Amino acid sequence: MTLYRACRVETLAIAWLDDFTVVYHRPSGITHLLTAPAPEILAALGEAGMTLPDLHARLAASFELGDADGGGLPARIAELVAAGLVEPV
Amino acid sequence: MRHAFSVRIGPVGFRVGSDWRAPIAQLADLYAGYPAPQDGVPDFTVRLFAARPWRRVVRPSVMIGGDYVLPEAAPLPLAQGLLAAEMGMNLQMALGQRRYLLLHASAVERDGRALLMTGQSGAGKSTLAALLSRRGWRLMGDEFALLDPATGLVHAFPRLVSLKNQAIGVVERAAPEARFGPLLAGTPKGDIRHLVPDAAAVAAMDRPARPALLLFPSFGFDPAERVVPPSEAFVRLTQASTNYVALGERGFDALTGLVQAIPARAIDYPDTDSAIAQVEAAWAAS
Amino acid sequence: MTDGWLLARALRSPDSTRALDAAGWTDLLAIARAEQMIGTLAYRLEPVAKPPAVARILDDARASADHGRTLALWEAEAARRVLAPLGIRLVLLKGTAFVAADLMAGQGRSIGDLDILVPHASLDAVEAALLGAGWEWVKPDPYDDAYYRQWMHELPPLIHRDRDRMIDVHHTILPLTARITPDAAALLDGTIEVAPGLWTLSLADMIVHAAAHLFADGDLAGGMRNLWDVDRLCREFGEGQPDFYAAVCDRARHHGLLAQVERAFRLCARLYATPLTIDLARRRSDTLYLRRLTARDGWGRATRAVTRQAFYIRSHYLRMPPAMLARHLWTKWRKGGAGPSAG
Repeated sequence: MTLYRACRVETLAIAWLDDFTVVYHRPSGITHLLTAPAPEILAALGEAGMTLPDLHARLAASFELGDADGGGLPARIAELVAAGLVEPV
Repeated sequence: MRHAFSVRIGPVGFRVGSDWRAPIAQLADLYAGYPAPQDGVPDFTVRLFAARPWRRVVRPSVMIGGDYVLPEAAPLPLAQGLLAAEMGMNLQMALGQRRYLLLHASAVERDGRALLMTGQSGAGKSTLAALLSRRGWRLMGDEFALLDPATGLVHAFPRLVSLKNQAIGVVERAAPEARFGPLLAGTPKGDIRHLVPDAAAVAAMDRPARPALLLFPSFGFDPAERVVPPSEAFVRLTQASTNYVALGERGFDALTGLVQAIPARAIDYPDTDSAIAQVEAAWAAS
Repeated sequence: MTDGWLLARALRSPDSTRALDAAGWTDLLAIARAEQMIGTLAYRLEPVAKPPAVARILDDARASADHGRTLALWEAEAARRVLAPLGIRLVLLKGTAFVAADLMAGQGRSIGDLDILVPHASLDAVEAALLGAGWEWVKPDPYDDAYYRQWMHELPPLIHRDRDRMIDVHHTILPLTARITPDAAALLDGTIEVAPGLWTLSLADMIVHAAAHLFADGDLAGGMRNLWDVDRLCREFGEGQPDFYAAVCDRARHHGLLAQVERAFRLCARLYATPLTIDLARRRSDTLYLRRLTARDGWGRATRAVTRQAFYIRSHYLRMPPAMLARHLWTKWRKGGAGPSAG
């Protein structure tokens, strides 16, 4: 099963602007505007890596997930992979 | 090149070369009160040239070149050579400026604090800056505000104020004593006439100012005002900056710092008198 | 008369810039920008005293080059993530290779597209994977597309829809229309891993590629920068290695590109005083090449239009048999915009 790994925290510069988390990703030079649950996903994944079911369990334990079955999670992960902030390993 | 002119506008030096005398003579006349580039070495070169040698004389049309170019830039008739020179200088800033975060905004200063006004073309930021400069504000620039990532201060860039269409008459009536360039009729952007910044603006152009208020004016609506949250201000300013990405993390730090430090408001206005009153009220409240 | 030699002198002996006056500096900066070498110049002149205005301009140029390096390496990383599941190694070419391997040639270098080399047999898989990961065709022009696929050494250029960056996927280093056929398999066999998952050609092949690109493919556009790459590679790896130049020549002979590599060495020595340790007899045509390479005035304008046009036609001749050349130039001219611009 695919492990997903977040980019290292020290590669990010972060500013919190009202409801948004603005992230500057140093290796790519790209600025990302994130809203929940993207910052929570990055924090939960960490650098060690995690499978989707584990990630869902972790998020469910810490936050109230909008969709209880985690149906939106693969799409959120795919966005973060496309943005280069999460890497499948 | 046959004809050349050098000038410093705020912290940025330019060299403009031309195949024709007229645009250079106009620049020299309108920028007469400005200094030369620091150490005699300009930051940017602009070239006004004929696409083919014979086009220097036969239906002369001015191509815009320089250190940085847009391949698709269309030529202008020689009668609009001054506009070509201004566009060439703006282009160098838009594509080549790497020291300051370039905000597509007009800026005026009072008591060492800067008011920034940004918006789409036609929002009236040039007009408002020109009018405010007749009412005790110092004009810092009508097109670009230069935000220094190292200090958080805004540097002035008081190039010729570019007035378009109805704004020409509005400012001519408000400032009958001011100096203007020739009326350039029928340009790709309509009628254009340049206002020469007053001597005080030029004399003080090396003095940066601390940003204090950010306004997003919109012309043509009933008077209204709303607070713009920092995230929206951030996104709109990234879109109003041609070099945010090129500055990398310095740009990120400068812009997130700016929108967190100062209030931002959107103001809708039906006419310039209302606008001036709304701007003064927003300034008093900031 | 001011020309590209002003830049060449500043690069080969930075101290010589102490003699420049304001006009000289202005010309130098304009030429360096036009040759896309302002970042290189900025790094090269770092230890030299400069007027404050010049120091400021070059500081900005250095920061800009550093940022460009970051973006180039990220494009490489993005491509690595696409190729890794296919089991295809990412072989970087040109500028991105120099910065990935942290070579002197990469210092301050401007980098445009990402150029990579993949086995010919993998082209279809690579193309499909890139299209599936956000890259798109730049321009659907039927003539250019057919031309590329039939005759070129690379896929038509792809651009990433979010990052707006181009990738050129090569399967060899010269177009199939060129009469020279480098040994593409040997290029791939010789690659070295310079960072986890990032590979470059061998040192000798990097030099061969630079020379091939300059003389057997291009119209010498960007030639001052290409030769600077070769000069830096030679200095970084040739020093204290008496057999270095002979080994590179052997490799060039294997690829059928000995004449091009020898010419690159000769021109490097004349432009940048590269310390060659082999004897290469001067050719009279070298002077013509140098005239073309340095055809740039103090306003950054391309000069010597006749020499330029000659090299433009020549570059097509080198790549294509004559009947094809006529057809190609005809198609290009009819669509307007052939040849180097006068601006």
